[in-house]
Amino acid sequence: MTMHAVPAGETGAPQLVMRSVGKTFGNDVVALRDVDLTIRQGDFLSLLGPSGCGKSTALRLIAGLSAPSAGTLDWRGPPMDRTDVGFVFQEPTLMPWATVFDNVWLPLRLRGVSRRDAQERVAAVLEQVHLTGFEEAVPRELSGGMKMRASIARAMVTRPRVLLMDEPFAALDEITRSRLNGDLLELWEAERFTVIFVTHSVFESVFLSSRVIVMAANPGRVFDEMAVDAPYPRDDAFRTSEDYAHLIRAASNMLRAAMGLAPLETANGVH
Amino acid sequence: MASIEAGTAQGAAGAGGIDAEELARQRQRRFEKVGRWALPLIIMLTAIWLWDRICVWNEIPHFILPRPGVVLATLIDDAPLLFSSLWVTLKITFLSLALAVIGGVGLAVLFTQSKWVEMSFFPFAVVLQVTPIVAIFPLINIYVENQTAKLLLCAWIVAFFPILSNTTLGLNSVDRNLLDLFKLNGATRWQTLWHLRLPAAMPYFLGGLKIAGGLALIGAVVAEFVAGAAGQQSGLASRIIEAGYRLNAPRLFAALILISFTGIVIFLALTWLSNRILRRWHESALTGEH
Repeated sequence: MTMHAVPAGETGAPQLVMRSVGKTFGNDVVALRDVDLTIRQGDFLSLLGPSGCGKSTALRLIAGLSAPSAGTLDWRGPPMDRTDVGFVFQEPTLMPWATVFDNVWLPLRLRGVSRRDAQERVAAVLEQVHLTGFEEAVPRELSGGMKMRASIARAMVTRPRVLLMDEPFAALDEITRSRLNGDLLELWEAERFTVIFVTHSVFESVFLSSRVIVMAANPGRVFDEMAVDAPYPRDDAFRTSEDYAHLIRAASNMLRAAMGLAPLETANGVH
Repeated sequence: MASIEAGTAQGAAGAGGIDAEELARQRQRRFEKVGRWALPLIIMLTAIWLWDRICVWNEIPHFILPRPGVVLATLIDDAPLLFSSLWVTLKITFLSLALAVIGGVGLAVLFTQSKWVEMSFFPFAVVLQVTPIVAIFPLINIYVENQTAKLLLCAWIVAFFPILSNTTLGLNSVDRNLLDLFKLNGATRWQTLWHLRLPAAMPYFLGGLKIAGGLALIGAVVAEFVAGAAGQQSGLASRIIEAGYRLNAPRLFAALILISFTGIVIFLALTWLSNRILRRWHESALTGEH
Protein backbone atom coordinates (compact mmCIF):
# COMPACT_ATOMS: atom_id res chain seq x y z
CA MET A 1 0.00 0.00 0.00
CA THR A 2 1.46 3.32 -0.99
CA MET A 3 0.23 6.21 0.99
CA HIS A 4 3.02 8.69 1.06
CA ALA A 5 2.36 12.24 0.00
CA VAL A 6 -0.21 11.15 -2.51
CA PRO A 7 -3.08 13.60 -2.78
CA ALA A 8 -6.38 11.77 -2.66
CA GLY A 9 -7.51 11.78 -6.24
CA GLU A 10 -11.13 10.82 -5.93
CA THR A 11 -12.37 14.01 -4.32
CA GLY A 12 -13.63 17.05 -6.18
CA ALA A 13 -12.21 20.25 -7.58
CA PRO A 14 -9.90 22.49 -5.54
CA GLN A 15 -11.92 24.60 -3.14
CA LEU A 16 -9.28 26.36 -1.12
CA VAL A 17 -5.69 26.88 -2.16
CA MET A 18 -3.34 28.09 0.55
CA ARG A 19 -0.04 29.42 -0.73
CA SER A 20 2.95 30.07 1.57
CA VAL A 21 0.58 31.02 4.33
CA GLY A 22 2.24 32.23 7.51
CA LYS A 23 1.07 33.68 10.77
CA THR A 24 3.29 35.52 13.19
CA PHE A 25 1.84 36.88 16.39
CA GLY A 26 2.72 40.21 17.92
CA ASN A 27 5.16 38.62 20.36
CA ASP A 28 7.21 37.26 17.41
CA VAL A 29 5.87 33.75 17.88
CA VAL A 30 5.74 32.10 14.48
CA ALA A 31 2.54 30.07 14.67
CA LEU A 32 2.61 29.01 11.02
CA ARG A 33 5.22 29.18 8.32
CA ASP A 34 4.97 28.54 4.58
CA VAL A 35 1.86 26.43 4.54
CA ASP A 36 1.00 25.19 1.06
CA LEU A 37 -2.19 23.24 1.02
CA THR A 38 -4.91 22.53 -1.49
CA ILE A 39 -8.24 21.52 -0.06
CA ARG A 40 -10.69 19.87 -2.43
CA GLN A 41 -14.44 19.97 -2.46
CA GLY A 42 -15.70 17.04 -0.39
CA ASP A 43 -12.40 16.33 1.35
CA PHE A 44 -12.43 15.03 4.86
CA LEU A 45 -9.13 16.48 5.90
CA SER A 46 -7.48 16.03 9.27
CA LEU A 47 -4.83 18.32 10.62
CA LEU A 48 -2.84 16.08 12.95
CA GLY A 49 0.00 17.28 15.11
CA PRO A 50 1.44 17.94 18.55
CA SER A 51 0.46 20.97 20.64
CA GLY A 52 1.81 24.20 19.27
CA CYS A 53 2.01 23.08 15.66
CA GLY A 54 -0.47 25.72 14.57
CA LYS A 55 -3.41 23.46 13.75
CA SER A 56 -5.91 25.70 15.48
CA THR A 57 -4.29 28.81 14.03
CA ALA A 58 -4.66 27.32 10.55
CA LEU A 59 -8.32 26.66 11.24
CA ARG A 60 -8.90 30.22 12.43
CA LEU A 61 -7.23 31.55 9.30
CA ILE A 62 -9.45 29.41 7.11
CA ALA A 63 -12.52 30.53 9.06
CA GLY A 64 -11.54 34.15 8.54
CA LEU A 65 -11.35 34.71 12.30
CA SER A 66 -7.84 36.00 11.85
CA ALA A 67 -5.82 37.20 8.88
CA PRO A 68 -2.58 35.60 7.63
CA SER A 69 0.61 37.63 8.01
CA ALA A 70 2.00 36.11 4.81
CA GLY A 71 0.72 34.23 1.79
CA THR A 72 -2.76 33.89 0.36
CA LEU A 73 -5.90 31.90 0.96
CA ASP A 74 -7.60 31.51 -2.36
CA TRP A 75 -11.18 30.26 -2.39
CA ARG A 76 -12.20 28.64 -5.65
CA GLY A 77 -15.60 27.92 -7.09
CA PRO A 78 -18.74 29.88 -6.22
CA PRO A 79 -18.00 32.94 -4.09
CA MET A 80 -17.74 32.15 -0.39
CA ASP A 81 -19.57 34.08 2.23
CA ARG A 82 -20.02 33.52 5.90
CA THR A 83 -22.88 31.09 5.41
CA ASP A 84 -20.48 28.71 3.76
CA VAL A 85 -18.34 28.01 6.81
CA GLY A 86 -19.51 26.16 9.90
CA PHE A 87 -17.30 26.05 12.98
CA VAL A 88 -17.32 23.51 15.80
CA PHE A 89 -15.21 24.39 18.81
CA GLN A 90 -13.36 22.14 21.20
CA GLU A 91 -16.02 22.76 23.83
CA PRO A 92 -19.69 22.62 22.87
CA THR A 93 -19.83 26.40 23.44
CA LEU A 94 -23.59 26.49 23.77
CA MET A 95 -25.37 29.45 25.32
CA PRO A 96 -26.34 28.06 28.73
CA TRP A 97 -29.44 30.25 29.02
CA ALA A 98 -30.93 29.09 25.74
CA THR A 99 -32.70 25.87 24.79
CA VAL A 100 -31.25 23.45 22.25
CA PHE A 101 -33.64 24.86 19.66
CA ASP A 102 -32.59 28.44 20.35
CA ASN A 103 -28.92 27.49 20.26
CA VAL A 104 -29.26 25.77 16.90
CA TRP A 105 -31.49 28.53 15.56
CA LEU A 106 -28.89 31.18 16.45
CA PRO A 107 -26.91 31.32 13.16
CA LEU A 108 -30.18 31.67 11.24
CA ARG A 109 -31.55 34.14 13.74
CA LEU A 110 -28.49 36.35 13.29
CA ARG A 111 -29.34 36.37 9.59
CA GLY A 112 -32.85 37.53 10.32
CA VAL A 113 -34.69 34.21 10.01
CA SER A 114 -37.70 34.13 12.33
CA ARG A 115 -38.37 31.28 14.73
CA ARG A 116 -41.24 30.04 12.61
CA ASP A 117 -39.27 30.11 9.37
CA ALA A 118 -36.36 28.34 11.06
CA GLN A 119 -38.53 25.61 12.56
CA GLU A 120 -38.27 23.17 9.70
CA ARG A 121 -34.55 23.52 9.11
CA VAL A 122 -33.71 23.27 12.82
CA ALA A 123 -35.88 20.18 13.20
CA ALA A 124 -34.18 18.57 10.20
CA VAL A 125 -30.67 19.23 11.41
CA LEU A 126 -31.52 18.08 14.94
CA GLU A 127 -32.78 14.85 13.44
CA GLN A 128 -29.52 14.43 11.57
CA VAL A 129 -27.54 14.62 14.81
CA HIS A 130 -30.07 12.42 16.64
CA LEU A 131 -31.33 15.10 19.00
CA THR A 132 -34.99 15.07 18.04
CA GLY A 133 -37.11 15.50 21.16
CA PHE A 134 -34.53 17.63 22.98
CA GLU A 135 -35.53 20.94 21.39
CA GLU A 136 -36.68 22.44 24.68
CA ALA A 137 -33.85 21.08 26.85
CA VAL A 138 -31.25 23.50 28.16
CA PRO A 139 -27.56 22.62 27.88
CA ARG A 140 -27.10 21.71 31.54
CA GLU A 141 -29.65 18.94 31.10
CA LEU A 142 -27.61 17.31 28.34
CA SER A 143 -24.66 14.93 28.50
CA GLY A 144 -21.31 15.93 27.02
CA GLY A 145 -21.97 13.98 23.86
CA MET A 146 -25.41 15.50 23.39
CA LYS A 147 -24.02 19.00 23.88
CA MET A 148 -21.50 18.31 21.16
CA ARG A 149 -24.29 17.03 18.89
CA ALA A 150 -26.17 20.28 19.47
CA SER A 151 -22.99 22.17 18.66
CA ILE A 152 -22.59 20.27 15.39
CA ALA A 153 -26.24 20.88 14.55
CA ARG A 154 -25.69 24.60 15.08
CA ALA A 155 -22.72 24.56 12.70
CA MET A 156 -24.72 22.59 10.12
CA VAL A 157 -27.92 24.59 10.25
CA THR A 158 -26.83 27.05 7.58
CA ARG A 159 -25.81 24.19 5.24
CA PRO A 160 -22.15 25.23 5.15
CA ARG A 161 -19.96 24.05 2.31
CA VAL A 162 -17.01 23.77 4.68
CA LEU A 163 -17.20 22.47 8.23
CA LEU A 164 -14.26 23.41 10.44
CA MET A 165 -13.84 21.35 13.59
CA ASP A 166 -11.28 22.21 16.28
CA GLU A 167 -10.67 19.01 18.28
CA PRO A 168 -14.41 18.69 18.80
CA PHE A 169 -14.38 15.31 20.55
CA ALA A 170 -11.19 15.66 22.61
CA ALA A 171 -13.03 16.11 25.90
CA LEU A 172 -15.41 13.19 25.43
CA ASP A 173 -15.09 9.67 26.78
CA GLU A 174 -13.96 6.95 24.38
CA ILE A 175 -17.40 5.38 23.83
CA THR A 176 -19.16 8.67 23.15
CA ARG A 177 -16.29 9.73 20.98
CA SER A 178 -16.40 6.69 18.71
CA ARG A 179 -20.17 6.96 18.43
CA LEU A 180 -19.89 10.63 17.44
CA ASN A 181 -17.13 9.74 14.96
CA GLY A 182 -19.50 7.29 13.29
CA ASP A 183 -22.38 9.76 13.25
CA LEU A 184 -20.19 12.51 11.85
CA LEU A 185 -19.09 10.25 9.00
CA GLU A 186 -22.69 9.36 8.28
CA LEU A 187 -23.57 13.03 8.10
CA TRP A 188 -20.60 13.77 5.88
CA GLU A 189 -21.39 10.94 3.50
CA ALA A 190 -24.97 12.14 3.19
CA GLU A 191 -24.10 15.78 2.53
CA ARG A 192 -20.53 15.70 1.20
CA PHE A 193 -19.48 19.04 2.52
CA THR A 194 -15.79 19.61 3.07
CA VAL A 195 -14.51 18.90 6.58
CA ILE A 196 -11.30 20.22 8.08
CA PHE A 197 -10.81 18.38 11.32
CA VAL A 198 -8.14 19.32 13.84
CA THR A 199 -7.11 16.52 16.15
CA HIS A 200 -4.39 15.17 18.43
CA SER A 201 -5.49 11.64 17.85
CA VAL A 202 -3.89 9.43 15.22
CA PHE A 203 -6.77 6.97 15.54
CA GLU A 204 -9.44 9.58 15.02
CA SER A 205 -7.71 11.15 12.05
CA VAL A 206 -7.22 7.85 10.25
CA PHE A 207 -10.70 6.57 10.99
CA LEU A 208 -12.42 9.70 9.76
CA SER A 209 -10.45 11.33 7.04
CA SER A 210 -9.66 10.90 3.41
CA ARG A 211 -6.46 12.85 3.90
CA VAL A 212 -4.27 13.36 6.94
CA ILE A 213 -2.01 16.39 7.08
CA VAL A 214 0.72 15.93 9.67
CA MET A 215 2.02 19.15 11.15
CA ALA A 216 5.14 19.94 13.16
CA ALA A 217 5.80 22.60 15.77
CA ASN A 218 8.39 25.38 16.18
CA PRO A 219 7.59 26.88 13.80
CA GLY A 220 4.15 25.46 12.98
CA ARG A 221 4.27 23.96 9.51
CA VAL A 222 2.98 21.17 7.30
CA PHE A 223 5.36 18.27 7.76
CA ASP A 224 3.92 15.59 5.55
CA GLU A 225 0.65 14.23 4.34
CA MET A 226 -0.97 10.92 3.68
CA ALA A 227 -4.00 9.79 1.77
CA VAL A 228 -6.27 7.38 3.57
CA ASP A 229 -7.64 5.47 0.63
CA ALA A 230 -9.88 3.10 2.58
CA PRO A 231 -13.41 3.17 1.18
CA TYR A 232 -16.38 4.74 2.92
CA PRO A 233 -18.66 3.91 4.65
CA ARG A 234 -16.28 3.05 7.45
CA ASP A 235 -17.60 1.25 10.47
CA ASP A 236 -16.36 -0.87 13.35
CA ALA A 237 -15.21 -3.50 10.88
CA PHE A 238 -12.77 -0.93 9.51
CA ARG A 239 -11.55 -0.14 13.02
CA THR A 240 -10.51 -3.76 13.51
CA SER A 241 -9.15 -4.35 10.00
CA GLU A 242 -5.53 -4.92 9.11
CA ASP A 243 -5.62 -1.96 6.70
CA TYR A 244 -6.54 0.29 9.59
CA ALA A 245 -3.65 -1.03 11.65
CA HIS A 246 -1.23 -0.33 8.79
CA LEU A 247 -2.60 3.15 8.29
CA ILE A 248 -2.35 3.87 12.02
CA ARG A 249 1.26 2.72 12.02
CA ALA A 250 2.09 4.88 9.03
CA ALA A 251 0.39 7.94 10.49
CA SER A 252 1.98 7.37 13.90
CA ASN A 253 5.43 7.15 12.38
CA MET A 254 4.79 10.27 10.36
CA LEU A 255 3.73 12.06 13.51
CA ARG A 256 6.78 10.72 15.37
CA ALA A 257 9.02 11.97 12.61
CA ALA A 258 7.32 15.36 12.83
CA MET A 259 8.18 15.39 16.52
CA GLY A 260 11.77 14.26 15.87
CA LEU A 261 11.27 10.74 17.23
CA ALA A 262 12.40 7.43 15.75
CA PRO A 263 9.76 5.28 14.04
CA LEU A 264 8.02 2.55 16.00
CA GLU A 265 9.62 -0.92 15.99
CA THR A 266 7.43 -3.84 15.06
CA ALA A 267 7.48 -7.41 16.24
CA ASN A 268 7.44 -8.79 12.70
CA GLY A 269 9.47 -6.25 10.88
CA VAL A 270 8.70 -2.87 9.42
CA HIS A 271 5.90 -2.82 6.85
CA MET B 1 -15.09 5.55 62.76
CA ALA B 2 -18.34 5.18 60.87
CA SER B 3 -16.56 4.39 57.65
CA ILE B 4 -15.14 1.12 58.99
CA GLU B 5 -18.55 -0.06 60.18
CA ALA B 6 -20.12 1.09 56.96
CA GLY B 7 -17.55 -0.84 54.98
CA THR B 8 -18.53 -4.12 56.58
CA ALA B 9 -22.22 -3.26 56.67
CA GLN B 10 -22.14 -2.52 52.98
CA GLY B 11 -20.81 -5.97 52.27
CA ALA B 12 -23.37 -7.59 54.54
CA ALA B 13 -26.38 -5.65 53.35
CA GLY B 14 -26.08 -7.04 49.84
CA ALA B 15 -28.49 -6.18 47.10
CA GLY B 16 -31.71 -5.33 48.97
CA GLY B 17 -31.05 -2.98 51.89
CA ILE B 18 -29.39 0.34 52.51
CA ASP B 19 -26.11 0.17 54.34
CA ALA B 20 -25.41 1.84 57.66
CA GLU B 21 -23.47 4.70 56.11
CA GLU B 22 -26.35 5.63 53.83
CA LEU B 23 -28.83 5.41 56.72
CA ALA B 24 -26.67 7.71 58.80
CA ARG B 25 -26.39 10.11 55.91
CA GLN B 26 -30.16 10.15 55.41
CA ARG B 27 -30.73 10.82 59.09
CA GLN B 28 -28.14 13.58 58.98
CA ARG B 29 -29.88 15.16 56.00
CA ARG B 30 -33.26 15.10 57.76
CA PHE B 31 -31.80 16.76 60.85
CA GLU B 32 -30.14 19.41 58.74
CA LYS B 33 -33.36 20.15 56.92
CA VAL B 34 -35.25 20.82 60.17
CA GLY B 35 -32.29 22.46 61.87
CA ARG B 36 -31.82 24.95 59.06
CA TRP B 37 -34.88 26.92 60.11
CA ALA B 38 -35.55 25.58 63.62
CA LEU B 39 -32.18 26.47 65.13
CA PRO B 40 -32.11 30.16 64.13
CA LEU B 41 -35.71 30.44 65.32
CA ILE B 42 -34.88 28.96 68.71
CA ILE B 43 -31.87 31.23 69.11
CA MET B 44 -33.93 34.25 68.10
CA LEU B 45 -36.71 33.47 70.56
CA THR B 46 -34.18 32.79 73.32
CA ALA B 47 -32.51 36.13 72.64
CA ILE B 48 -35.82 37.99 72.85
CA TRP B 49 -36.71 36.17 76.06
CA LEU B 50 -33.30 36.98 77.51
CA TRP B 51 -33.72 40.63 76.51
CA ASP B 52 -37.04 40.70 78.34
CA ARG B 53 -35.56 38.99 81.43
CA ILE B 54 -32.59 41.35 81.56
CA CYS B 55 -34.95 44.34 81.61
CA VAL B 56 -36.95 42.78 84.42
CA TRP B 57 -34.03 41.48 86.49
CA ASN B 58 -32.14 44.75 86.35
CA GLU B 59 -35.24 46.93 86.57
CA ILE B 60 -34.08 48.89 83.51
CA PRO B 61 -36.40 51.83 82.80
CA HIS B 62 -38.08 51.54 79.41
CA PHE B 63 -36.68 54.84 78.13
CA ILE B 64 -33.25 53.19 78.34
CA LEU B 65 -34.10 49.70 77.16
CA PRO B 66 -37.77 48.87 76.61
CA ARG B 67 -39.02 45.32 77.03
CA PRO B 68 -39.88 43.50 73.79
CA GLY B 69 -43.57 43.63 74.65
CA VAL B 70 -43.44 47.41 74.97
CA VAL B 71 -41.69 47.70 71.61
CA LEU B 72 -44.36 45.54 70.00
CA ALA B 73 -47.11 47.66 71.58
CA THR B 74 -45.42 50.84 70.32
CA LEU B 75 -45.14 49.33 66.86
CA ILE B 76 -48.88 48.82 66.86
CA ASP B 77 -49.82 52.10 68.57
CA ASP B 78 -47.53 54.24 66.41
CA ALA B 79 -48.28 52.28 63.25
CA PRO B 80 -49.80 55.19 61.25
CA LEU B 81 -46.79 57.38 61.95
CA LEU B 82 -44.15 54.68 61.53
CA PHE B 83 -45.62 53.13 58.41
CA SER B 84 -46.01 56.45 56.64
CA SER B 85 -42.33 57.05 57.41
CA LEU B 86 -41.50 53.54 56.20
CA TRP B 87 -43.30 54.38 52.98
CA VAL B 88 -41.11 57.46 52.52
CA THR B 89 -37.94 55.43 53.10
CA LEU B 90 -39.14 52.68 50.78
CA LYS B 91 -39.91 55.15 48.00
CA ILE B 92 -36.39 56.55 48.19
CA THR B 93 -34.88 53.06 48.36
CA PHE B 94 -36.69 51.62 45.37
CA LEU B 95 -36.52 54.71 43.23
CA SER B 96 -32.78 54.96 43.81
CA LEU B 97 -32.37 51.24 43.15
CA ALA B 98 -34.27 51.57 39.89
CA LEU B 99 -32.12 54.52 38.86
CA ALA B 100 -29.02 52.60 39.89
CA VAL B 101 -30.04 49.71 37.63
CA ILE B 102 -30.65 52.04 34.70
CA GLY B 103 -27.47 54.01 35.26
CA GLY B 104 -25.28 51.02 36.14
CA VAL B 105 -26.36 48.80 33.27
CA GLY B 106 -26.43 51.69 30.83
CA LEU B 107 -22.92 52.78 31.69
CA ALA B 108 -21.65 49.18 31.72
CA VAL B 109 -23.04 48.69 28.21
CA LEU B 110 -21.34 51.90 27.13
CA PHE B 111 -18.08 50.65 28.62
CA THR B 112 -18.20 47.40 26.68
CA GLN B 113 -19.04 49.13 23.42
CA SER B 114 -15.85 51.09 23.48
CA LYS B 115 -12.58 50.03 25.03
CA TRP B 116 -11.50 53.68 25.10
CA VAL B 117 -14.49 54.76 27.12
CA GLU B 118 -13.93 51.92 29.54
CA MET B 119 -10.22 52.63 29.88
CA SER B 120 -10.92 56.29 30.50
CA PHE B 121 -13.76 56.01 32.97
CA PHE B 122 -13.40 52.73 34.79
CA PRO B 123 -10.67 54.01 37.16
CA PHE B 124 -13.10 56.77 38.15
CA ALA B 125 -15.71 54.21 39.00
CA VAL B 126 -13.22 52.26 41.07
CA VAL B 127 -12.02 55.33 42.95
CA LEU B 128 -15.59 56.30 43.73
CA GLN B 129 -16.34 52.77 44.80
CA VAL B 130 -13.47 52.45 47.26
CA THR B 131 -14.16 55.90 48.74
CA PRO B 132 -16.57 55.56 51.68
CA ILE B 133 -19.22 57.33 49.70
CA VAL B 134 -21.33 58.34 52.70
CA ALA B 135 -18.52 60.77 53.49
CA ILE B 136 -19.61 62.98 50.58
CA PHE B 137 -23.21 63.18 51.77
CA PRO B 138 -22.64 66.48 53.61
CA LEU B 139 -21.43 67.94 50.29
CA ILE B 140 -24.56 66.78 48.51
CA ASN B 141 -26.49 68.25 51.40
CA ILE B 142 -24.97 71.64 50.59
CA TYR B 143 -25.27 71.47 46.81
CA VAL B 144 -28.72 70.01 46.34
CA GLU B 145 -31.76 72.01 47.41
CA ASN B 146 -34.64 69.63 46.88
CA GLN B 147 -35.05 67.22 49.77
CA THR B 148 -36.18 64.21 47.73
CA ALA B 149 -33.51 64.78 45.09
CA LYS B 150 -30.92 64.99 47.84
CA LEU B 151 -31.94 61.67 49.38
CA LEU B 152 -32.27 60.02 45.99
CA LEU B 153 -28.84 61.11 44.91
CA CYS B 154 -27.22 59.81 48.10
CA ALA B 155 -28.97 56.45 47.96
CA TRP B 156 -28.32 56.15 44.23
CA ILE B 157 -24.64 56.83 44.54
CA VAL B 158 -24.06 53.92 46.93
CA ALA B 159 -26.35 51.50 45.08
CA PHE B 160 -24.98 52.33 41.65
CA PHE B 161 -21.41 51.02 41.81
CA PRO B 162 -21.96 47.36 42.56
CA ILE B 163 -24.32 47.21 39.61
CA LEU B 164 -21.89 49.01 37.33
CA SER B 165 -18.85 46.95 38.27
CA ASN B 166 -20.64 43.61 38.30
CA THR B 167 -22.41 44.22 35.01
CA THR B 168 -19.21 45.41 33.35
CA LEU B 169 -17.44 42.29 34.57
CA GLY B 170 -20.31 40.15 33.29
CA LEU B 171 -20.47 41.80 29.88
CA ASN B 172 -16.74 41.22 29.46
CA SER B 173 -16.66 37.65 30.71
CA VAL B 174 -18.37 36.25 27.63
CA ASP B 175 -16.96 32.98 26.30
CA ARG B 176 -14.36 33.88 23.63
CA ASN B 177 -15.57 31.05 21.42
CA LEU B 178 -19.12 32.34 21.53
CA LEU B 179 -17.85 35.77 20.50
CA ASP B 180 -16.04 34.11 17.59
CA LEU B 181 -19.20 32.25 16.69
CA PHE B 182 -21.15 35.50 16.55
CA LYS B 183 -18.40 37.05 14.47
CA LEU B 184 -18.42 34.10 12.08
CA ASN B 185 -22.13 34.52 11.62
CA GLY B 186 -21.80 38.19 10.85
CA ALA B 187 -23.58 39.40 13.98
CA THR B 188 -23.92 43.13 14.39
CA ARG B 189 -22.70 44.87 17.53
CA TRP B 190 -26.29 45.19 18.66
CA GLN B 191 -27.03 41.49 18.06
CA THR B 192 -23.95 40.49 20.00
CA LEU B 193 -25.00 42.72 22.86
CA TRP B 194 -28.60 41.60 22.91
CA HIS B 195 -28.25 37.88 22.22
CA LEU B 196 -24.91 37.24 23.89
CA ARG B 197 -23.42 39.83 26.22
CA LEU B 198 -26.53 40.80 28.15
CA PRO B 199 -27.71 37.24 28.86
CA ALA B 200 -24.15 36.21 29.76
CA ALA B 201 -23.91 39.14 32.19
CA MET B 202 -27.20 38.26 33.88
CA PRO B 203 -25.77 36.26 36.83
CA TYR B 204 -23.21 39.00 37.51
CA PHE B 205 -25.85 41.71 37.24
CA LEU B 206 -28.16 39.88 39.64
CA GLY B 207 -25.31 39.47 42.12
CA GLY B 208 -24.73 43.21 41.92
CA LEU B 209 -28.45 43.87 42.29
CA LYS B 210 -28.57 41.89 45.54
CA ILE B 211 -25.75 43.98 46.99
CA ALA B 212 -27.27 47.19 45.64
CA GLY B 213 -30.67 46.45 47.19
CA GLY B 214 -29.18 46.43 50.67
CA LEU B 215 -26.99 49.43 49.93
CA ALA B 216 -29.90 51.48 48.59
CA LEU B 217 -31.68 51.05 51.91
CA ILE B 218 -28.53 51.97 53.85
CA GLY B 219 -28.07 54.95 51.54
CA ALA B 220 -31.63 56.11 52.07
CA VAL B 221 -31.26 55.90 55.87
CA VAL B 222 -27.83 57.50 56.12
CA ALA B 223 -28.82 60.27 53.70
CA GLU B 224 -31.72 61.14 55.93
CA PHE B 225 -29.47 61.21 58.98
CA VAL B 226 -27.30 63.75 57.19
CA ALA B 227 -30.07 65.75 55.58
CA GLY B 228 -32.13 65.76 58.74
CA ALA B 229 -35.60 65.84 57.27
CA ALA B 230 -38.54 66.64 59.48
CA GLY B 231 -42.31 66.79 59.39
CA GLN B 232 -44.60 65.01 56.98
CA GLN B 233 -41.89 63.96 54.57
CA SER B 234 -39.65 62.31 57.13
CA GLY B 235 -38.62 58.72 56.73
CA LEU B 236 -37.71 56.14 59.33
CA ALA B 237 -34.24 57.58 59.91
CA SER B 238 -35.70 60.88 61.03
CA ARG B 239 -38.08 59.04 63.33
CA ILE B 240 -35.10 57.31 64.91
CA ILE B 241 -33.24 60.57 65.46
CA GLU B 242 -36.35 62.30 66.73
CA ALA B 243 -37.13 59.42 69.10
CA GLY B 244 -33.53 59.55 70.31
CA TYR B 245 -33.83 63.24 71.20
CA ARG B 246 -37.02 62.59 73.09
CA LEU B 247 -35.66 59.51 74.84
CA ASN B 248 -38.56 57.63 73.26
CA ALA B 249 -36.67 54.35 73.21
CA PRO B 250 -39.68 52.12 72.43
CA ARG B 251 -40.40 54.04 69.23
CA LEU B 252 -36.71 54.06 68.35
CA PHE B 253 -36.64 50.30 68.67
CA ALA B 254 -39.86 49.93 66.71
CA ALA B 255 -38.44 52.01 63.85
CA LEU B 256 -35.23 50.01 63.97
CA ILE B 257 -37.12 46.75 63.71
CA LEU B 258 -39.07 48.06 60.74
CA ILE B 259 -35.86 49.04 58.93
CA SER B 260 -34.20 45.73 59.62
CA PHE B 261 -37.32 43.90 58.51
CA THR B 262 -37.35 45.95 55.31
CA GLY B 263 -33.74 44.99 54.66
CA ILE B 264 -34.57 41.32 55.09
CA VAL B 265 -37.56 41.55 52.76
CA ILE B 266 -35.53 43.33 50.08
CA PHE B 267 -32.79 40.72 50.31
CA LEU B 268 -35.23 37.82 50.14
CA ALA B 269 -37.14 39.37 47.25
CA LEU B 270 -33.99 39.92 45.22
CA THR B 271 -32.70 36.44 46.04
CA TRP B 272 -36.00 34.98 44.89
CA LEU B 273 -35.90 37.03 41.71
CA SER B 274 -32.36 36.00 40.94
CA ASN B 275 -33.05 32.31 41.58
CA ARG B 276 -36.10 32.48 39.38
CA ILE B 277 -34.26 34.03 36.48
CA LEU B 278 -31.19 31.82 36.75
CA ARG B 279 -32.99 28.58 37.55
CA ARG B 280 -32.98 27.27 34.01
CA TRP B 281 -29.30 27.48 33.37
CA HIS B 282 -27.70 27.90 36.74
CA GLU B 283 -29.45 25.50 39.05
CA SER B 284 -26.29 23.53 39.71
CA ALA B 285 -24.48 26.74 40.66
CA LEU B 286 -27.30 27.78 42.98
CA THR B 287 -27.74 24.58 44.93
CA GLY B 288 -24.05 23.77 45.01
CA GLU B 289 -24.50 20.37 43.35
CA HIS B 290 -21.93 18.97 40.93
